[in-house]
Order: sequence, then C-alpha cells, then structure tokens
Amino acid sequence: MLAAVLSLTVLGAALGLVLGVAGKFLAVEANVAVAEVEKLLPGTNCGQCGFPGCAGAAVAIAAGEASPACCPPGGKAVAMAIAERLGVALDAASIDDDGPQLALVAEDLCIGCCRCLKSCPTDAIVGAPRQIHNVLRDACTGCAACLEPCPTEAIRLVPMPVTLPHWVMPRPLAA
Amino acid sequence: MNPIAYQAGRTYASPHAHGGGKGARAMFFVQLALAPATLFGFWLYGWPAFFLWLVTILSALFFEFTCLRLMGNKTPGRVLCDGSALLTGWLLAMTLPPWAPWWIGFIGAFIAIVIGKQVFGGLGQNVFNPAMAARVALLISFPLQLTTWVAPLPLAAPPSPGWLESLHIALGQAAPPDAMTSASLLGYARSELARGADLLQAFAAGQAAPRISWLGVRAGSLGESSAPLLALGGLFLLASGVIRWHAPAGMLAGVLVPAFIAHAAAPGAYLDAQAHLLSGALLLGAFFIATDYVTTPITGAGRFIFGLGAGIMTWIIRSLGGYPEGVAFAILFMNALTPLIDRCTRPRVFGRTRAGEALEAGASSGESA
Amino acid sequence: MGLMEKCFGFSWGVHPADHKRPAADAPVRVMPMPERLFVPLAQHLGAPALPAVLAGQKVKKGERIANPQGAVSAAIHAPAAGVVTAIGEIPAPHPSGLPVLAVTIEVDGEEACDGADGGPPPCDDPFALDPAEIGRRVAQAGVVGMGGAAFPSALKLSSSKKAGVETLIINGGECEPYLSCDDRLMRDEAPAIVDGIRIMLHATGAREALVGIERNKPEAIAAMREAARAHGDVTIRPIPVRYPMGSEKQLALTLTGREIPAGRLPADAGVVVHNVGTAKAVSEAIRHGRPLISRLVTVNGGAARAPGNILAPVGALVADVLAFAGGLKEEPARLIMGGLMMGMSLPHARVPLVKGTSGILALSAAEVDDRAPDPCIRCASCARACPMGLLPLEMARHIAADDFAGAAGRGLKDCIACGCCAYVCPSRIPLVQYFAHARGRLAAEERARLRLDATRKMAQAKSARLAAEAREKAEAAARRKAERAAAAAKAKAAAEAEAAASEEARALVDA
Repeated sequence: MLAAVLSLTVLGAALGLVLGVAGKFLAVEANVAVAEVEKLLPGTNCGQCGFPGCAGAAVAIAAGEASPACCPPGGKAVAMAIAERLGVALDAASIDDDGPQLALVAEDLCIGCCRCLKSCPTDAIVGAPRQIHNVLRDACTGCAACLEPCPTEAIRLVPMPVTLPHWVMPRPLAA
Repeated sequence: MNPIAYQAGRTYASPHAHGGGKGARAMFFVQLALAPATLFGFWLYGWPAFFLWLVTILSALFFEFTCLRLMGNKTPGRVLCDGSALLTGWLLAMTLPPWAPWWIGFIGAFIAIVIGKQVFGGLGQNVFNPAMAARVALLISFPLQLTTWVAPLPLAAPPSPGWLESLHIALGQAAPPDAMTSASLLGYARSELARGADLLQAFAAGQAAPRISWLGVRAGSLGESSAPLLALGGLFLLASGVIRWHAPAGMLAGVLVPAFIAHAAAPGAYLDAQAHLLSGALLLGAFFIATDYVTTPITGAGRFIFGLGAGIMTWIIRSLGGYPEGVAFAILFMNALTPLIDRCTRPRVFGRTRAGEALEAGASSGESA
Repeated sequence: MGLMEKCFGFSWGVHPADHKRPAADAPVRVMPMPERLFVPLAQHLGAPALPAVLAGQKVKKGERIANPQGAVSAAIHAPAAGVVTAIGEIPAPHPSGLPVLAVTIEVDGEEACDGADGGPPPCDDPFALDPAEIGRRVAQAGVVGMGGAAFPSALKLSSSKKAGVETLIINGGECEPYLSCDDRLMRDEAPAIVDGIRIMLHATGAREALVGIERNKPEAIAAMREAARAHGDVTIRPIPVRYPMGSEKQLALTLTGREIPAGRLPADAGVVVHNVGTAKAVSEAIRHGRPLISRLVTVNGGAARAPGNILAPVGALVADVLAFAGGLKEEPARLIMGGLMMGMSLPHARVPLVKGTSGILALSAAEVDDRAPDPCIRCASCARACPMGLLPLEMARHIAADDFAGAAGRGLKDCIACGCCAYVCPSRIPLVQYFAHARGRLAAEERARLRLDATRKMAQAKSARLAAEAREKAEAAARRKAERAAAAAKAKAAAEAEAAASEEARALVDA
C-alpha cells in the first residue's frame, strides 16, 4: 500500500517536474505565431476583416479573437493554412468561399476620376484622368477595396470565369 | 437519331463501362458455400438448431433495417439486398450452440448489427468482425448458455426432439436434458488439463472423452461439426475467386505448425494438430471469418500476416489460455491490428522503391530477381 | 517481377471485352470535307498556338494557320482550302464543354497542292539530314503524339537525342477496347510506319526500335513483320493482351524490363515511346512534306450504325463524322471521345475532332451500365487491378473526406487514370472521378497559393512605390526648402551687402 502510494507520488512529481521544465524551455513565443499568420495572409491590408490591416488581423487571429476564416480575399485556402499552422480545427465546408472574384469596371458608368486607382492595394486598376479605367485580370485579388471610393458605383465584383485549364472535375455524388 | 441532337445528361468520368462484378455476388457465394455445412448441422442437431439459425438471421435483418431507417436511409430495402446483414447473422448462428434459446440469437444479432457494425457507420466501416464481436460478447455475458453443447442426435433418430418439442427448446422453455449435453473436445481437454491430468491418458481412458470425427458427428456448433463440408465451402470460395488463399493458409499454418511442434515435444500437455484442425471454429474462421473483406488487410501479404497472427493467437488461447476455444478472440485481436498491418504492407508503387522514393534514373526494374 | 510479387498477387490490369471487331476489319472510309471546319488552337499538351491568319483570309490546304508559342507547343495547319470566317471561341472537345479558341474555315473545295507554305519541304533521303533538322521539320508539320496525350513530337525527338536514349519503343498496343485505328493503320500502312520508325531512330540516335503489338491483332503483327523484315533495327514484339498494356510505363517495362522512375521521363530509363500513328505522321511530314491535318478515327459503340475507321480531317465536327459513318441507331447513353477506359465524355456532338482523337464512341445504355455506387467493402479488387501498385480505396477514402493532401501523399501523383480500379470495383465507386476531382482541387489550391504570393508581392510593390513617392516628395520639399533658404540667405547677404554698400556710400557721402 505504502509502496504504491509512494511510487505513484514520485512518478507524478517527476513527470510534473519534466512538464514544468519543458514548459519553461520549449515555450513558443506568441509573436512567432503572429508573424507566421501574417505571412500567410494576403498582405493587401484591404480591411475587409474589420481589423486594421493584415498585421492587425494576424494579431487577432493568433490571439484567438478572430476566426482563421475571417479573410474574404484569402478564401478557403488561407483559412485552412492558418488553421493548420495554429492547430485549430476548422471545418472546410463551413467556410463561406464564393471562389475567386474579380473587379469589373462598367464602362458606361466610369467617369475617370482615378479614385479607385489609389485604393487598390495591388495597383491592379489602370487609368488616367477622364479616361475609362480598366482592371488587370492577373493582378486583381477581388478584395473589394475599390468599390467604396467609386462615386458612380461603376465597379462590381464578378466571379472569376472558369477556363478550360482551370476546370475541376465535379466531386462524385456520395456513395 | 441525328447525332447533332445528342445532349449529355451530366459530366461522366471515365471509365465508361464496368466489369460487371457486384458486392452482393460475393455475399451470395459465401452463403452458398456455408449452405452444405449448415444443412448438415440441421440434420445433426435437429429442429432447435434450425430455429436458432432462423431467429438469428431474421433478427439481424430486422436490426439492420431498423438502423437504416433510424439513420434516414431512403432505400433500406436496397441495402438489405446486398446480403451482408444476412451473412453476418448466418455466421453468428454458425458459432452458437445449436440448442441455445432464441434470445441468445436475438441479442447476438443486436450486438453484431447495431454495436458491431452500424454504430461504426454501416457496411465497410466497422473495425471488428460483427459476428465475432457478438459471439465474444455473448460468451462473456452468458457463459452457461454458450457452453452447453448437445450430443449429435440426427433428425430421424428416436431421441431427437420433435417439431413442437424443438420449438420449446428454442424458446428457452425447456432446457436440453442432461443426458444429451456433451462436452466439446477442446472443452474436455481444457478441463482435463485444469485437473492436472495427462491428455493422452485422459483421452485413452475416459469413456466420456469426445472423439475426433472427420465426418463431424460430434458435439459442437453448426460451424464446427463438419470439417469436410466447411473445407469444401472454402475451396469453392477459393475456386470462384471470392476469397484468396492468403488468409486461410496463414491461419491454418498459424495453428497447425505450433500445434505440431508442441505436441511432438509434449504430447501429454498439448493436443495434436489433427485435433486442432477438426475442433472448434478453426475451419470456419480460416475460410469464412479471416477472409472478411471489411475487417482484414488489403494486400495479399497483409492478409497472410493477418491469418498467421490469428492462427498463432488461436493456438495460444486454446493451449495456454483460460478459454477452450480462441478463434473469435484471435480474430478480434487481429482486427484491431489490421490498420497497422495495412500500413506496413503497402505494395511497392511503380517507379518507386518500397520506401516511396523515386527509383534512380537509369536503373532497371527495382525488384527483378 | 520478383517472386514475392508473384506470390502475393501482383497481377496488374484488367481484361475488358475488346469489341474491336467488326470495326477493325472494315476497310477505311475517307470522309469528304465538311462545309465548315473548326480547328482549335489548343490541340496539344502545352501552350495554345498563336493564330497566324486573319478572319476573311483565304487559306490553302496545308497552310500554316497558327504558330507554336512557348517552349511546349505545336503548329497548326489548315486541313482544307477555304476562307477563314472567324477566329473565336467554340465549345471544346472536353467534358466541361467550356470554350476554346479556334479558327473556323469555310471550305471552298479547291483542293490545293501539297507542300503549301508552312509545311516542311519534301525530302527523298531523310537519313542524310541532320537529326536536329528532322526535329525542326517534324515541328513545322505540327506533328503531335497520336496516342491521345498529344505531346508535341518534335520536342520528344530532340530531348531523346539529348538524353542519349538507347531504345525507341513504338506503341502499337492499342489496349483500349473498341478502338482499332492503330490496328487498321498497321494493316494498311505498315511500310510508311516502318519508314517513320527508322526516321525517328535516326532523329533520336536510338540503337533499336521495339514495336509492341498486342496479340489480339494478328493481321497487324503479320503486316508489320513483313514491312520490317528488311530492317534489322526494327523488331516487332507481340505482347500479352491486357489493359493498360499501351500505357507508356507498362509497355516499357514489358518490352525492355526497365521501370521508368516515378516523376521522371521515359528518357531517364533510356527509352522513348511513340505511337504508330505518330511514326506514320513523321514519315508523311519528312518524305512528302505533309503537315498533320487528318487522322484515322474509330467510330464504334452500340449506338453507332456502321462501326469502322474513318479518315477524317482535323476540325471536323463529331456530329459530321458520326453522320458520315452511318449515323446513330439509337440515342447514345454517352458520347465518348477517345477510348472506353480513358476517353472523355462529350457534352454534345458539336465539338471538333483534334489531332489526338483516336475514337468516337457512341455507347448504348446497356454498354455503359450506369448504376449508383454502394459503400466500399475493402475487397481490394482495385488494389489488385492497379498497374501502378497504388491502393485506390485508400486514396478515395481520403478524397471523400476532403483530405486532398492525404491522397497526394498516398500516390495520387503516380496514378495514370487508366480506370482499372473503377472498372473492377464491385461497389461501382467512381474512383477515377475522385482522383480527377482531387487533382483539380489540388491544382486550384496551388494556383490560389501562387496567386496569394503574387498578391503579396504586388502589395509590397505598391507600398514600396508609395514610400518611394513619399520619400521623393519629402526630398523635393527639403530641397525646395533648402533652395529657398539658400535664396533667402543670398538675398539677405545681398541685402546686407547692399546695406553695407549704402552705409559705405552714406559714409562716403557723409565723409
């Protein structure tokens, strides 16, 4: 009886000590996670998540105050990457991802005011004063930062059209 | 029809034809292979055996149907037609004492179908063989009913119970008369060994000692009495390609090789290989249980290891353990190891080494002997 | 094969009913030019070709209408004389039916001569040519692999030369059920094929050519043996009938015993594999300067009225080819471009034939036998059938749970999509569809990742630009300030000097 109690006590104490020491020496500093999360975010500082820029969002996500899925332009891919890095369980099906989007300038509404040019985080809109602006398809990330500044509501987001090389075979119906 | 008018219904993926095999066909063949031994068992143990078999199978189908309904399956009838629940019930009935009361079959079917299979997600998802899980659960819960064997009383023989009397036995209202109960060979050996007796003398002297019977006229369950008919069913399955030789060969080797060695070394303490082969559920286990697709490894090598492990475990339990028979325990034990075996026996991928690295450029076939 | 693999059931492949006859025994029918041809610019692996004609332009038969662009691409020629009426999008011969850029030619029936500009010059003695020149001429003729993958042949020839390939393997396996165009070609054109093989031997620098032909084509084997008799470096090798024997890796292993390493080219194992149709096209291109503008197509299937092989121009609509071949008996359950096991289902028949089209199958409902899948029972039929040694059931289980990376780690990249697993699956699980879906999703994820990287770079570039602009502005402001200060100082100095001077003057005046 005594031997059992003693041995268990000793075992518990030893393991607790190991855990304590490990916690001290192998501690992961929180800001490492923040930096890594920030690296995974698009870095466009578009503000759609409601935080001040991607750095702000990274702090909130790493602290657990925001969901890893809070970045609309990043979509499912970014959300899953962050969740994996942070070790958070995230249901892929629950993420609202309409697929990649693209800004489109309505030519009949654009007045060539150049305000959207300044708002674009990736310089994806080209134009000159009093000329119709256009969106560079390869550079646009669909972050929607240009929608707000447009005085004539000439810009809208459209889903990126599916092309032949980008086509994905539909998932089989569940067995 | 004008080709220009054709319009595809949806996007079809290749291949655009099918070889025609069906899962239900395999199940049907297994049932066909079980039939001779089952019919022989009915003849040998009379109507009670038939009633128990019927109750077990009907309960299995009932529980399967109920589970599918409860889980919102729209077409439970279609699933029932795949024959898997029927086969599970049948296999379970094969391992029960033929004169056990009806509720043994009913509870067994519940454990097999609900707890052994549907709880895991239905067909193809279960980790343990449902019939074996149910048999082990019954054995632990109702040891008396599960170890009461009757001496063979062929249907036409005078002491064989009649139709009505059999119904009473099956309903549990009448216990089998003491005069008819009989020990199985493995059980006898276990109790003699427990008494500290020498097996050779026990079998030579004891009037009540069960005899080895190649024909199978002896006490036991439906699935263990007739070795030749079970082996015939197994060979039929092998020939029809439903099962492959790896698991049965491994399992038989796993029992017979240690049995032969041990008996040669200490004949007084260990049964011989023939007794092991013909007693208990070894043949049933080797040909019908260890070859279950769902709960055994995928590759041939894996299946051989599975069978070998199950065989060795069976021999160990029979010879050294507390229970006289160990096939069910051994199979369950190896079921638990199946994912591990699968992991260790992945086939070599074309153009890669066994470890998964790409072959060296310029090297010829990696494994040619 | 090692003893272990033999004992433990290494028996890859399946044996589907081949349905090759009577189509293979019917003589070739030559399809007349349809009224309009739709020639897609992306008929080959790699970048689409760049159109070299304008709408409204008249083209001759064999004239080059599109140039290769990028490293992997192929030229495209006009299959018939006529007028280019449009260069625009048409439905692609692809399950999705998404648009593809194509040149539409209104055929005017003026059959112009061979060797119109764009094709290579004819040549009587190809063996005197430099191997590199042969590659150039094959590229000029727009020859691509005729077996289905449509890889530009010139690239394969030149890269084999560089890699020092020893053995040229010619694929006459045609293991796909229903197809017989290679069989027919070997029976009818064996001398031209052997000539093409010898030209390719010369171009690649390989020592010998092995022609693998499945044993179910005795007539083709006899014809090819006859044609190759005079040439010691071309060997005809009958091979067992087993699908997918015509797959590059399995064929190379069967013929040479060499295993192509995973993720590498056949050249890394010292072999290169070309199709018999490609050999014929190479011979045509080098000997006669004819570009690749038509090909043999098998029309077959239970819904086709008169199965057989058709010589059809590239760009002809599938509907036109079917109509010429005798039309349809009944409404087909599926219309397939390519073979039964690996072909693509077509959304409708208004899509054009391309260089890599080996067959058009109109399958009846009985042949397709469409049934809903059941759960996997782990019977491992798929694992036994897989010619690559994969475990399709495990991969599909991961994909069903959206774990695409897990499937990739279990050999998705090694899968050749041959369809053996789905063909034998007793539960009829559409395994190939799972794998195709996972591949598409993985590619999409990869694209999203690359896009994110690009976005980050662009965002950084913008902030760098803004910072640079701000800095320049600040510098300019500082400069202006400094200038102003300097000017002010100068003015002050001048004023002081002036004041001093005036003082001096005053003093002088005073004095």
